[in-house]
This record gives sequence, C-alpha cells and structure tokens, in this order.
Amino acid sequence: MERRATFRAPLLPWLLVLPQLLIVFVFFYWPSGEAFRWAFTLEQPWGGGREWVGWQNFLEIFVSTHYWASVRVSMIYAFGTSALAIVIALLLALFIDREVRGSRGWRVALIWPYAVAAPAIGMIFRFVFDARAGVFSLLNAVSPGFWDPSMNGTHAMVMLIFAGSWQLIAYNFVFFLAGLQSIPRPLTEAAAMDGAGPLRRMRDIQVPLLAPTFFFLVVINLTDSFTNSFGLVDIMTGGGPARATDIMVYKIYSDGFKGLDYSGAAAQSVILMLLVVALTFIQFRFVERKMRYR
Amino acid sequence: MSAIDLIGVRKDYGSQTAIHGIDLALPEGAFIVILGPSGCGKSTLLRMVAGLETITAGELRIGGHRMNEREPKDRGCAMVFQNYALYPHMTVAENIGYPLKVAGMRRAERQARVAEVAASLELGALLGRRPGELSGGQRQRVAMGRAMVRQPRVFLYDEPLSNLDARLRVQMRLELRRLHEKLGATSVLVTHDQQEGMTLADHLVVMKDGRVEQAGTPREVYSRPASLFVAGFLGSPSMNLLPAEVLEGGDTLRLAGGHLVRLAEPLAERGRVTLGIRPEHVTTGGLPARVEMVEDLGASVLVHAQLEGGAAIAFHSPAEAAPARGEELGLGLPPARLHLFDPTTGRRLAAVARAESAHRGLDFPVA
Repeated sequence: MERRATFRAPLLPWLLVLPQLLIVFVFFYWPSGEAFRWAFTLEQPWGGGREWVGWQNFLEIFVSTHYWASVRVSMIYAFGTSALAIVIALLLALFIDREVRGSRGWRVALIWPYAVAAPAIGMIFRFVFDARAGVFSLLNAVSPGFWDPSMNGTHAMVMLIFAGSWQLIAYNFVFFLAGLQSIPRPLTEAAAMDGAGPLRRMRDIQVPLLAPTFFFLVVINLTDSFTNSFGLVDIMTGGGPARATDIMVYKIYSDGFKGLDYSGAAAQSVILMLLVVALTFIQFRFVERKMRYR
Repeated sequence: MSAIDLIGVRKDYGSQTAIHGIDLALPEGAFIVILGPSGCGKSTLLRMVAGLETITAGELRIGGHRMNEREPKDRGCAMVFQNYALYPHMTVAENIGYPLKVAGMRRAERQARVAEVAASLELGALLGRRPGELSGGQRQRVAMGRAMVRQPRVFLYDEPLSNLDARLRVQMRLELRRLHEKLGATSVLVTHDQQEGMTLADHLVVMKDGRVEQAGTPREVYSRPASLFVAGFLGSPSMNLLPAEVLEGGDTLRLAGGHLVRLAEPLAERGRVTLGIRPEHVTTGGLPARVEMVEDLGASVLVHAQLEGGAAIAFHSPAEAAPARGEELGLGLPPARLHLFDPTTGRRLAAVARAESAHRGLDFPVA
C-alpha cells in the first residue's frame, strides 16, 4: 500500500522539510563544497587571494610517499579494527545468545562503550598500554623492550587497534545479538535433533544466517575506522612514532592545521570522502539487496 | 513392548508446574497422538521426549534405556516442527542431507541416500530449490525427508499440519499415515485438532492442564470418555451434557424438567450427576423438546432443541425428515448410550454399554 500525504498548498511541504534541509546544507553540503573548491585551488594560510591550480594538489598527494604510507596504515588500522571487533563481538553474542535472560539490560550496558567519546577511550587505553606503568612495566622489567608503543610503530598500531575495536565491539555485539535472536529458535533445535552440537550449530546455522548482519557491520566498521579514529590517534600516539600511526584522517588534520597546507588537506579529505561514499554504495547496492532468504 | 516409557515425568518452570508426574507407556510401532487444548503441556511433553526440554523429575525411557541425560541426537528420535524449521540458506537436498553430513557420511553415499528419500516423497525435481521457493505442502515433505533420512526409531511431530489449509491438511494426514505404515517406526504426534487425533491415532492420549486425562484407542476414548473434559473435547458436534438427579434405587434419573430417564444399570451414587449423550445417539421417544434451530450439514441436519426445563440438546436427523423451527417433538435417550459424570470432579461414574462388561467390575463398585 502506498502512503502518501497530500498537501493543498504546494509550498507547505517545502516549508516543513526546510529546517532539516538547512541543517544538512549548513553542516554537510556547504563544507563539503568548500573542501572541493579548496582541493582545486591554492589557499593562503592567513586568508587572502586564492589561485586555481586544477589537479595539482591531487598530483602532489599521489606522488607523496608519506601519503601512501598513510593509506597503508589506515588500511591496516581499519581492517585490523573491524576484523577484531567483529570476531570478538560475534563470539560474545553467540555465547550470550544461548543463555539470555533480561537481554535488554545487557544491551544497554554493552552499548555504553560506544557512547564514550574517543578521546576519553584514548586516554584510558594510553594508561593501560603505557610502557612505564602497570602490567607492561613489569613485563618490560623482565624483558627490556618487550612493549613500548612510544618507540615501536607496530606496538603503537596494535594499541590503537585494541582501543578502536573496544569501542566497536559494543556496537557490533548489539547487532549480532539482535540478529541471533531473530533466528527462529526451532532452526537451532532442528539442528540439535539432526545431531549437530553447539559449535556445529553455530557454524552451520547461526553464522550463515547472520550473513546480512555481518556484511552490514563490515561496511559500518570500515567506514567508522576510516573516519572516526581521529580522537584516538590524537590522544594516544599523535600519528607517531615516525608516522607509524599517521592514518588518513589524522594526516588531513596535521597537514591542514599544523602544516597549514589547507589545499593539500582539502584534496585528501575529498579522497577520503569518495572512499566512504564507495563503501556506502557497496552497502546499499549489493549487501542490502542480495542478502535475502525468504 | 513399549517404545517410549514415561515414569512420573514432571516439568517445572520455576514455581509453575507444566507437567504433573505423567506415567505413560507408548506402544512400539504405533501411531500415537497426544491431544489437548493449547497450553495443556502436550508440546512440552514431546519436547522432553526429544531432549529439547530438560526433565525436572521422573524417568524417560526410549527402547528400554534411560534417556533423561542424553543429548537430543543420541535419543534416536527425529522431529518435524510446526513451522518445519527448514534451513533457509540450504537447498532441499542440503536440508535433507544435513543429518547425514553432521554424522560424517561421505558425500557420494549421502547424495544417494538423499535421492532415495526425495524420490519416496516425490521431491526429486525440487532438490536444488531453497525452502523459500516451496509451497506449504512441499516444505512439509522436505521436513519429513529430513526426519526420515537418518532412519530413526521414533518420529516426533509437533502440530505438523496446523499451518496447512483445510484440504491439504486432510491430504497430508493420509500421507503421514501411509508413511508411518511404510517406515514401521513409532510415531508420536501432538495436536489440538480432535479430528486429527481420531483419524491418525492407533493410541490416543488426551491431556489437560499437564495431566493425562485418558489414554487408549480412539474408539475406546470416544465411546467411554473417562471425564467430562474428554467427553466434551472429542467429537464434533460435541456431546450433549444435561444436569440430572439420581433417584432412590439408583436406576432412574430425573432431568431438570421433571422427566425420568431409565438407566441400563443402577448407580451407586445418589444426588446430582451430569448426563451425557452424543448427538448421533439421540432417538425419538417421549421426552418433549422444542426445535430452536436446524443446521444443514449436507448429508444430514443438526437439530438444536430445548428440553422442558431449559436444557439445550443437539441431535442429528436425516435431511429428508428434518423438523421445522418451533416444532414440538419427542426425544429418546437410549440407556445403552448414556454417559454419567460426577459434576464436581468431572470423573465418569458408570459404564453403560453392555458390550463393555469386561470393565464393569471397575465402574460399578457397589450395585
């Protein structure tokens, strides 16, 4: 059935959506449009004249080894975080699904980490993973150089991935649990009658039926890791050591606001935006449509 | 020899008791139907046999072995669920072959076995389809195939026909019965449809509120209901139940209108009883009644009438001789067809039919 409101005055519907359109315009289309414009010009750091330079900003980025290194660490961070967050959340949800009572309370409790601001998480994890305090100082005393994220790039990246996935696990868990609970109970019972043990049932019945949730979360997590990781990086590593955690969003910030290269930063943000648009497109085009069973 | 024995089986959910200590011996190779209204615990009982619900107290034996602690897969049972519970991401062939795959059977052997089962259910052409592409009847048969493929000793059916339309239900009923004859295993089916129970069962178990009301062949249960509940639940239209009073001497009842009804055998009880008679057993006689409504059932008509004293009574009449509305007529209640119940406990008071004299000793404690 088609539901459609009809308005007699042709202006009224436009007036009704105007506030929303204004907000979207002011906070999204306008800045995005400016970013596009800046990406094709050279901006003066202190304002004033601007010069049209065409694709020059992009060419400079594409020949920069620093940029490609940043893309590489972004990929490592995004895939590492997403994989860890999805696997752990899936396991938690699978085991909790078997004995769930009062799942509502749990859901609220478990979504909290997602509501914690990234800098706060960054601060906490910085203390947790500090080489000179707690567990790691003991381990370092036993075997010097065992752990030091302020000196070792790999350690810094691992630390970031842990912190990033800690936040995403909460989010993923809620989706996986909801997905599991929407699988009709007789399906797992039928599998039990057919001789499958709990682990086998997870593998053959529950996980395959979670495929739509799974693909949705892959896309959301990747997008989130590419765009929302600024707070963590800024607090925990500042992009270091030696650019080992200089992921794309952080590089945009440091090139633009520290290096005062507004145009280069704008061009980078346009590329990142296109990446996110592409991921969203995949989400809508392929995932949402193909994952239907009934 | 019984296939399944339940000995004092109980099920508690917290402080609530769903099943109150049931003792049953279900005969080997029989088609057993557990019948009852919704919420009577019949599905819970079936799921306890399957191993999907734990048993709070008592013992479950299948083939003589204690099963309480065994996993569902080790009990030798296969189950057909109400909504079939087919795996939506697997094809028909994968669905049927899943139990074999789990059991570790090799691929070639498995495919041969699946093809064989599918052929016997006329599913051969559908093996590559997904459950979502099948009709209700076809899904039902796939669920059957998945149950059959492991060659279990016991088939459990949880209201398997309730999701089908009326015509298909009758057809699948025949198919279930035919399959049962062919496979020779024990079948246990749970339903709330009394007609399904009557037609399918070799052995009928009627349940109410977590207790077994009566168990026996459908004919026994129908012709000698052990309680008011069973009397009202089995048969359509259901049995007429009239309040009455036993007079001194014990062999005569007085109905609400003051008319007397002779009994075949004297009762030990005195006072108020409930008299039951099935609509098909009411004859013509001297009991005055006024016709209130006539329902045409096609082959015959069902007459709803009011007895003197206000009690309602329904009976069958040949379509050609159907009485008119408002007509006064005389009804007869043949003594051999009467059922008598205690109106407070609901238990049966006395056997009536002489053919069942074997049981008389039980039913007539003191003459």
